[in-house]
Parts: sequence; C-alpha cells; structure tokens
Amino acid sequence: MAGKTLYDKLWDAHLVRQNEDGSSLIYIDRQILHEVTSPQAFEGLRMAGRKPWRIDANLATPDHNVPTTERAGGVDQIVDPVSRIQVKTLDENCDEYGIVEFKMLDERQGIVHVVGPEQGMTLPGSTVVCGDSHTSTHGAFGALAHGIGTSEVEHVLATQCLIAKKMKNLLIKVEGDLGVGVTAKDVVLHVIGVIGTAGGTGFAMEFGGSAIRSLSVEGRMTICNMAIEAGARVGLVAVDDKTIEYFKGRPFSPTADQWEAAVANWKNLVSDDDAQFDKVVEINAADIKPQVTWGTSPEMVVAVDGTVPNPANAKDADEANSITRALEYMGLNADQAITDIKLDRVFIGSCTNSRIEDMRAAAAVVKGRKVASTVKQALVVPGSGLVKAQAEAEGLDKIFVEAGLEWREPGCSMCLAMNPDKLGNGEHCASTSNRNFEGRQGFGGRTHLVSPAMAAAAAITGHFVDVRDFELNS
Amino acid sequence: MKKFTTHTGVVAPLDRVNVDTDMIIPKQFLKSIKRSGFGPNLFDELRYLDEGQPDQDCSGRPINPDFVLNKPEYAGSSILLARNNFGCGSSREHAPWALDDYGFRAVIAPSYADIFFNNCFKNGLLPIILTEDEVEELFQAVAAAPGMSLTVDLENQKVVSPDGKEYSFEVDDFRKHCLLNGLDDIGLTLEHADDIRAYEAKRRAEAPWLFDAIK
Ligand code: SF4
Repeated sequence: MAGKTLYDKLWDAHLVRQNEDGSSLIYIDRQILHEVTSPQAFEGLRMAGRKPWRIDANLATPDHNVPTTERAGGVDQIVDPVSRIQVKTLDENCDEYGIVEFKMLDERQGIVHVVGPEQGMTLPGSTVVCGDSHTSTHGAFGALAHGIGTSEVEHVLATQCLIAKKMKNLLIKVEGDLGVGVTAKDVVLHVIGVIGTAGGTGFAMEFGGSAIRSLSVEGRMTICNMAIEAGARVGLVAVDDKTIEYFKGRPFSPTADQWEAAVANWKNLVSDDDAQFDKVVEINAADIKPQVTWGTSPEMVVAVDGTVPNPANAKDADEANSITRALEYMGLNADQAITDIKLDRVFIGSCTNSRIEDMRAAAAVVKGRKVASTVKQALVVPGSGLVKAQAEAEGLDKIFVEAGLEWREPGCSMCLAMNPDKLGNGEHCASTSNRNFEGRQGFGGRTHLVSPAMAAAAAITGHFVDVRDFELNS
Repeated sequence: MKKFTTHTGVVAPLDRVNVDTDMIIPKQFLKSIKRSGFGPNLFDELRYLDEGQPDQDCSGRPINPDFVLNKPEYAGSSILLARNNFGCGSSREHAPWALDDYGFRAVIAPSYADIFFNNCFKNGLLPIILTEDEVEELFQAVAAAPGMSLTVDLENQKVVSPDGKEYSFEVDDFRKHCLLNGLDDIGLTLEHADDIRAYEAKRRAEAPWLFDAIK
C-alpha cells in the first residue's frame, strides 16, 4: 500500500465519521474568531438556543476594523460607528460565552493568523479554522487549517466539527537555493504565476523541497498564507526541527509533562516517501527573482526586471481581454518596465508579512535612508502587539521613523482598508499583503504585491527597484 | 435554511473570469453584524459610479448604465451566468448573502472557488457547474435573446432552456438533500453527538495537549 501524504494523515486523525452520502465529519481542534465573520454566527447560535460545544477550543481577537493609530481609548475611541459596533459585538459575545479574547488594548491582540501560532494555539497536527480565507497560513506548522464561511463558524461553535469532503493532494516542490534578496514572498508569488489563481482549487497544497526546508517558519507561513491565492484552501509544510523549536515555551503549547509525547507525535507529520500525490509541480529555486504584481489578480505577476505584459502577446482572446482590463484599471501601459512604476504609498504589514522577520527585513533596507519625497505615506503595521514590542526592543521602530515611515499599532490595516488606512482613487501602492483585487485597498486603489524588502526599497526610491541591486549600491 | 427545488428566472450574464468576493460585496459593507440587507450593495463598485458607504440609501446614487444588472432587460434576474473561478478570494459569506438578498437563487459557471461554493449551499443558493462549452453556449443564447429565462430543476439535476434544451449537472448527494428539504446541517450533525464524544475521548488520550489549554 502506498504511503500517506501529510494531508492524508491529518485527515485520518480527525475523521469523526464517514456519512453514507460521501461527506465526512471532521473534528476541529481550534477555532479563531474575529469581529467581521463571527457576529452572525453567534446570533445564529443564540436564535437556535444552542451553546458552544467546547469553549476551550476558541480564541478571539479583533483585527480587521481596529484603528492602527493611537488607540489608548480602546473600543470607544473607534471613530467609525459601524466598526465600533462590530468590535464591541465580538467583545460582548466572548464575554457572554467565556471565550478567551485578546481585546484591543491587550498586548497580545493582533491579526488572527499572527496571533494563533505566536500563542501556541495553532499546533502541529491540529485542525484550525477561522472565518477568514488566509487561515491556510497555519498549515506552515503541519496543521490542517483552512478558512470557512460564517455558517461554518456557527457549525464549529455548535458541534466542534465540520462537514467536509476530502481534497486532492498537490505537491509544490521547490528545489535548490534561493538567490540573495529572494524571499518566501517571491517564492509564493512565483508559484501563483506558474499555476494560476485557480491552479490549486480542490487541492490541499503541500510545499516541499530543499528551498522550503531552508526557510524559517515565518517564511513558510508567508507561503502557506497565499496558498488560497492559488485556489487551495489548505497550504501545508511538513514538520521539522524548526517547527518543533518554534513551539517551545509558547503560552498554549503542551506543558512540560506533555512535551515529549507531543514531539514524538509531531515528528510523524511528514508525507511518507512513497506517498501518492494527485499532482506534482516542480519549481527550480534558482529561477525565482524578486516578484511584483502588475495587475488585479495575484497571478498577474512578473519579476522586477521584467515588463508589463502586452495583450497582443496573450495566448487567447480571454487572456487578452483580462490583460487589457487590468492595464486600464491599473493605469499602466503594455511593455512598460516594472521599475518605471511610481508609488504613492507603501504598506508593510498584513498576515502575509507582518512578523518580526518581515520587520527586520524592511528595516535593514531603510536604515540610514529616507523615504522618497514623492511617496505620500509609508506605513509599517506589525502583526501583533508582541511583534510590535519585539521590534521596539530591537530599535526597529526608530529606524523606520527616522527614515520617514509611520510605525503603527497592530491590525489588518491597509491590507483590506476596513479601517481608516486606505488608498486614494488611482494611487499605486507597494504592498506586502496578499490581494491586489480592484478596490481591495481602497476605492480605485492600485495594489502591487511585493516582499517586505522590495516594498521598503520602493519606499526609498519612489518606484520599484530590484532590491538585489539596491543593497549592492548602498 | 431556504429550500431549493425548482426555479425559473431571468438570466443575467456576467462575462468576466475570476470574479472575487471583494467585487461581489466590497469590504466596507462587511461591518454589518446582520445577515441581510446586502442586496443594494451587491457588485457595488461595478454597479454604481461613486464609492458606496454602509447604511447609505442607494436609490439616489449614480448608476453605471453599462453594468449588466442595470440594464432594463435584466431587471429582476435571479440566475447569474458567470465564468471560471467565480467567488475567489475572501471567505466572506456576505457574498452569497448579497447575491441572495438581491434575489439570485442560482449561479451557473464552469468553476468556483471552494469556500464560496460551500457558502452558497448554506444559504439556499445553488451554484451549478456546467462545462466551459455549455456556459459559452448559454452566454451566446442570452446575447441573442436578452432577458431570456432558464429553469433549474435540482431534483433532476438539470438546467432547461426555453427551447427545451437540457444541461445536466452534478451535485453532491448530501448538499442536494439539504437544499431540497431546507435542512439545517447543525441539527443533522448534532444527531451524531455520540460519535463526536467518542472521538474526543480517544483524541484526549492520544493528544491531551489539544484540550483544556486555552482558558
Ligand atoms: S491581514 Fe489582510 S488578509 Fe490577513 S486577515 Fe487581515 S484582512 Fe485578511
């Protein structure tokens, strides 16, 4: 019999029952709640007179709506009344049911996908869900994690299970050494460019190969975070010593007397050598250069030394149409050099790139330099209060502020612009987030997805620049 | 949940690929803590020429006359015809809520993003998968006869065009059963509460660190 993939193992370990109609009931170990996709779930629970099945499987924190400027006044200080009600509703629901919540003024508050692992809430071998598509992030630790809709949030609250269907197995194998200045973000953007935004639909997508193993756990999180942008609800990386090391001493990690048993269990969380994948995509790490998206879908991506595509070279009429439409929205010309794109704003943050490693990478580029006068705003938004504290302990905040970037409080911020941080109509932004959809960062806003180092370099020059040259010239 | 058995309605063609959930319902409307009322803001950025605000009366806003739902022949449409990878991006269930609130009962496309596809079923909205060729044929049929209707028959798993042509589609048994009968799947899962408890007992013995840690 063929071996099992990591996904197969995680699935099997959580199977509660197989229904006659082909669907399955899967047990959920952890649910993370935030203010945007939970209110209707709590309301549904209440209307049906149900109670949460297990309180200790849930953790909540507000992130999407919270202001990232001075917030000492807490919830009451949120200016937008609709946002304020939403954050308050989360507080009230958690208080009512006794769910642990890191409220706005708690130092542990932050973006759900940064907070979960940071607290050891996400653990190898666990199932993790959240009403947010970027829950795929947590797969970086060998956890089975994916986004769900609000009805499913309610289902998990009420039953601790999900009705699911097994996905197919896809392996993305990135072999070789990554070049200097090429980061996890570039790897995942490159992968999406290769397989397309629907390339992973229906699959659990495991990332393997020497280039993935060489990445830090933070880098692997960046990669799994964007699995959903390739259509895969689930991203996965096998457990190794780095994964295990990461969980030592985290607040919700196994206690000392459980630690050895947990580690023994986690070491099995790899795909067997003879495991069968339904599809394998091989990528050579040496082919990957720093990436920049030029269009309105993450698959519209090229290397920084490339040019904006020309619809005349499209493979068919559909592709030509979508290129034309994207160029029009983005205000770009066919064949224009990527390095000629000028930026109005820069955003360093989001669940893709707001961990300490990202802060360090950006700080290393801007240190001793100044943001270009043509850039209206450059924001740095740490992913959690703890990341913020760590960065400040390392003096990174001072480096940013001296260079002319703004150092903010943790939250989703300009990633989706539900709070006051947003782009103006027609403005171009170098952003370390994960979606460049039309209007995502503000009505008429034009998003270019890049790594933290590339965003930082663009802030300094005012246009895109190959961070590899940039560092050499300094 | 709302039942779905058969439905006949006007088809609105939305001819673009990768329609994401940000496009279906932009983020500023996600601040609501309700499940209803999203219809006026469905496709807000495509439908209106200005930037929409939550809780705003949309009746006086400048509309984009080129957008399909604003054309008189598609007024009252309840079946959306779309292209590949419909509903990609954010997991927001506000997307099917908005489609439903506007009056859509079914979507027809060659492929969908997984989370959106799932969310539709929870809200009595039927996402139908036809082949690319069949979808193309329907786009051409609608172009030739704007305002035409289709009938969707879930029991028999087919879409029927006015000239009697039938297109059959696949649907998962469980989801079909829930939709046809308007069943609440939480209630169905709770019928297996003993299985869930048995699983928990076994799991607690194997991986005790996954219990009682978060408090
Ligand atoms: S940072 Fe952006 S992508 Fe991540 S959870 Fe927040 S809004 Fe979603």
